[in-house]
Amino acid sequence: MAAEVVQAPGSRDAGDRGAQAVRRARWTRGVRLAVLAAFVLVFLIPVYVLLVTSFKPLTEADPSRAWALPEVWTFEPWRVAWEKLAPGIWNSVLLAVPGALISAALGSMNGYVLSKWRFPGADLVFTLFLFGMFIPYQGVMIPLVQLLVSLNELTGLNGVFYGGIPGLVLAHVVYGIPICTLIFRNYYVTVPDEIIEAARVDGAGMLRTYRSVVLPVSGPAFAVVIIWQFTALWNDFLFAVFLTGPQSWPTTVMLNNIAGAQTVPYSQQMAAALLASIPTMVVYVVLGRFFMRGLMAGALKG
Amino acid sequence: MSVTRVRRWLPGLLLVAPSIVAIAVFVYGMLGWNFRLAMTDKHDEISEGGFVGLENFIGIWDQQRWHLSVNHAIVFTAVFVGGALVLGWLLAFLMEKGIRGEGTFRAIYLFPMAISFVATGVVWRWLMNSGTGERAVGLNRLLDGLGLESLQWQWFRDPDWGMAAMAVPAIWQMSGYVMALFLAGFRGVPEDLREAARVDGCTEWKVYRHIVLPMLRPVTLSALIILGHISLKAFDLIVAVSGKQIITDVPAVFMWVAVFDSHDPAKGATIAAYIVIAVSIFVIPYLIWSLRKERR
Repeated sequence: MAAEVVQAPGSRDAGDRGAQAVRRARWTRGVRLAVLAAFVLVFLIPVYVLLVTSFKPLTEADPSRAWALPEVWTFEPWRVAWEKLAPGIWNSVLLAVPGALISAALGSMNGYVLSKWRFPGADLVFTLFLFGMFIPYQGVMIPLVQLLVSLNELTGLNGVFYGGIPGLVLAHVVYGIPICTLIFRNYYVTVPDEIIEAARVDGAGMLRTYRSVVLPVSGPAFAVVIIWQFTALWNDFLFAVFLTGPQSWPTTVMLNNIAGAQTVPYSQQMAAALLASIPTMVVYVVLGRFFMRGLMAGALKG
Repeated sequence: MSVTRVRRWLPGLLLVAPSIVAIAVFVYGMLGWNFRLAMTDKHDEISEGGFVGLENFIGIWDQQRWHLSVNHAIVFTAVFVGGALVLGWLLAFLMEKGIRGEGTFRAIYLFPMAISFVATGVVWRWLMNSGTGERAVGLNRLLDGLGLESLQWQWFRDPDWGMAAMAVPAIWQMSGYVMALFLAGFRGVPEDLREAARVDGCTEWKVYRHIVLPMLRPVTLSALIILGHISLKAFDLIVAVSGKQIITDVPAVFMWVAVFDSHDPAKGATIAAYIVIAVSIFVIPYLIWSLRKERR
């Protein structure tokens, strides 16, 4: 990006200038590639540490070998980490799968109505929803705990709402409404109004139109929302720490407990961290395209 | 309003009604409830709590821990938002004209987004271990190996700049996202616009200075808001890296301690209310701005 990039016309003959430009373009491309590759190395440092440490036997825990590859590779840390983490992983599955599906169903209906079957004040409702996307959840946490505790007492179902997975799913579904509605609404805006109108003229009601016209083309939006919510629910720590107990701790809380204990060797901590990350990493690798779209939707319309 | 028109939109309203009620209760109702609780003297779990106005909001400023946590949040936010913006912009800038292997680069810069802050915290606590000399592991050991022992420091345990170190994993995790935002921004600048400027004799530098960068302003603002509100809510990462230590205390962690360790709902609610206020100050104008833009 040097300032003297463009020569005054006629200062050199055109052929020479062309060759120079090509050389410079090649050079800047090389520099760009080198810098990007250097950042790749930096970005992968934590991954290297996680992998290498997780396969080390306890005898190689000495600081002097911190960055070295294991001399003897062992699966022992992974085995122990799995034993400790498995109940949490199961809880996370029970949390993230139904939570993501319910969120997607709600978001789809909301997005459909707010873009294609609008009622007076629909814009205001949408705006009020959007603020819910940005609120710090600390601001609702104490009342939420109180409400779930009293739901336990009211229903007599101890450890279901407060201290249980259903309560956590409820919280995630409710606070996921804004982002899910936003993604579906922005997607349905691209569906031509004429198709909806045509169905209307044919006498189809709201639900018929939704089922026969809108739902069949909703695949990509469902993929985006389900992936987004699955990742968010799987990775959540804040709600889990406030709303769950030892029986219902999801992966993140268990991982934090394992890692927070001074007695657990680093190899097990790292194996546990990797185990906890595998489901979302698989989703990212296989369905990265949809993951990206969810991310961009989170930025509203930048 | 005619009956037929009401018939037309009423089913839609009914379908959205459960969500409207849920948002009304769980977002607005509970925010209000929290503010109400913050204005009582319910400093333990049994008492009823009488109304005390803004007493808690003022009283908390007498506590040293609150001052510390606010300062920490400011340092963390400044370093994290600044760092992620600069790094994300740089990566996007290096890629915007297309480069071989772009898909791979993007995938690698973005993958930390798919991981929980807790898992990130586990590895970064090891990397930012404060041991030096013989006991050094993590980055301090790496510095030692590179012959840069003088750069070894306490990382997040440093009493003055510990929170700057705490921002490093957050930058690692979020700069790929900023890159994706900026990359979309760069690509949104029409190529003919750049070409026209070049024909008019603009140097490549001037094309950036006068055409591309001004058009990136909305993206920059979005990134700033998103990073800022993530930063003010920062909780997972800090707990995962250092637990409840005062040395890395921020309001979100302080609130957790107030609720679970001090069993003081009114104090927890007060801290939570301050976090809500801090986030709202820049999210509300942003929402109004982006909705106006959308309508245009």
